[in-house]
Amino acid sequence: MPLLEVDALCKSYDGSAGAATLAIENISFSIERSEFVALVGPSGCGKTTLLMCIAGLVAPSGGRVAVKAKQVDRPPPDLVLVFQEYNRSLFAWRTVLGNVLFGLEAKGRSGKPAEERARRLLGLVGLEGFERHYPWQLSGGMQQRVAIARALAYEPEVLLMDEPFGSVDAMTRLELEDALLGIWKELGTTILLVTHDIEEAIYLSDRVHVLARRPSRVVETVAVPLARPRNQVGTRAEPGFMELRNRIYRRIADAG
Amino acid sequence: MRAERRFNVSGVGLFAALLLLWEIYSRAAGIQDYLPPPSAALKALVEPSVARALLGHLAGTLGRFAGGYFLAAALAVGAGVVLGYSRFAYSVSEVIIELLRPMPSVAIIPVAILCLGIGDAMMIAVTVYAAAWPILLNTIDGVRNLDRTLIDTGRTFGLGRLKILWQVALPAAAPYIATGLRVSLPIALILVTTSEMVAGADGLGYFILDEERSLRPANMYAGIVVVALLGYALNRLFLLVEARALAWKRGLQTRGEA
Repeated sequence: MPLLEVDALCKSYDGSAGAATLAIENISFSIERSEFVALVGPSGCGKTTLLMCIAGLVAPSGGRVAVKAKQVDRPPPDLVLVFQEYNRSLFAWRTVLGNVLFGLEAKGRSGKPAEERARRLLGLVGLEGFERHYPWQLSGGMQQRVAIARALAYEPEVLLMDEPFGSVDAMTRLELEDALLGIWKELGTTILLVTHDIEEAIYLSDRVHVLARRPSRVVETVAVPLARPRNQVGTRAEPGFMELRNRIYRRIADAG
Repeated sequence: MRAERRFNVSGVGLFAALLLLWEIYSRAAGIQDYLPPPSAALKALVEPSVARALLGHLAGTLGRFAGGYFLAAALAVGAGVVLGYSRFAYSVSEVIIELLRPMPSVAIIPVAILCLGIGDAMMIAVTVYAAAWPILLNTIDGVRNLDRTLIDTGRTFGLGRLKILWQVALPAAAPYIATGLRVSLPIALILVTTSEMVAGADGLGYFILDEERSLRPANMYAGIVVVALLGYALNRLFLLVEARALAWKRGLQTRGEA
């Protein structure tokens, strides 16, 4: 039984002229436990809407989402979404440690053990020594690390990530990708990541679902057989990597 | 920020010059019965019997102020969070709010006297009424301007509505709430002293009016000096507490300005 199932999901919005605009059309896929799956597609193809539906934050117009065979009709307890806008999602009034503790408190954990766990997670994302800082005192990349640590503190079985590295600089992006792979390997959390960066999707995941624009639909599913552990220089230079990249690029370009 | 800390020489100079002018005019014109020189007010202030009486009245005023202000804060923040969060709750109360808000709050004093009689309950009630408005409206504003992403963050972490209000909406709206609390501070003091003048048996407002009626203008001015200092001190205290409580926000602002 897959951990996460998306079955014939549709989402339409009421247009201004009374006509409904179809944002997502009939998307189906499923994810097994501990898989790392990427959704890649052009900007504005409804990727965020899709994630919001899976996270139970937006109700779909049709089809269903299920986590552990249980239909999602509200934010499910085993799943957390990491937002693209980390600076709007972090709690400005809490310190870095306080933000991570929030994830534990939401799970009903508090006191010394919770604080120790929060510190360990901050270590895992490479932020030891920044516990007492406030989010605004950190760079964008570091803020996104805080958001990831906060999500991990909740111990979700599924971690949804919406363009998590979309607004950090290129070098930081590569660092964060490797940090995420390290965390994934260590914790075994199932990850569904949305990105418009084809290479990022291939580099990180076991499988890539290629989305086309308006309405959003899966036009191809590509398995990524590249060996792990991956690294930014070697993996990206492999012929298999280039092949996948070109194949996905053409698929997106053809779909327009 | 920095300019505020600097000692304002010219400002204090003008204030001292005006006091001096008043002193000279009052002595020269021989109108000390209704406009005693500042030195007379000062002398009254430090006279043991007057000072003792003033201390008692100050305690009464402070007590009523604290009761009214904190009660107003608790009620208005609570109501404001709910009204800011729920469109339905707001539209139900909108007409009442729009009608009552522009009414000068002192108009409620006779109503309070009718309903509650003369005494502390009535004076605290009118203070709560007047002080609640700025806090309520600012809290509503703060909760309304909340970033949708913050609420969705609370939801994806499995928080229910109440917990989102308490743990996300309330702290996120804290800067707005602080603005309301700051505006309400002098309003609460105005209502306390006014109601003491109208229907009090003690308190600085009562003292000021009573001394005026007893033809002791120097004592009256001494009372006015004490209320003025009280207002000043309360405001400074507020700014101090606010700076500590919203330390996280001050950093955000400085960065935004840079």
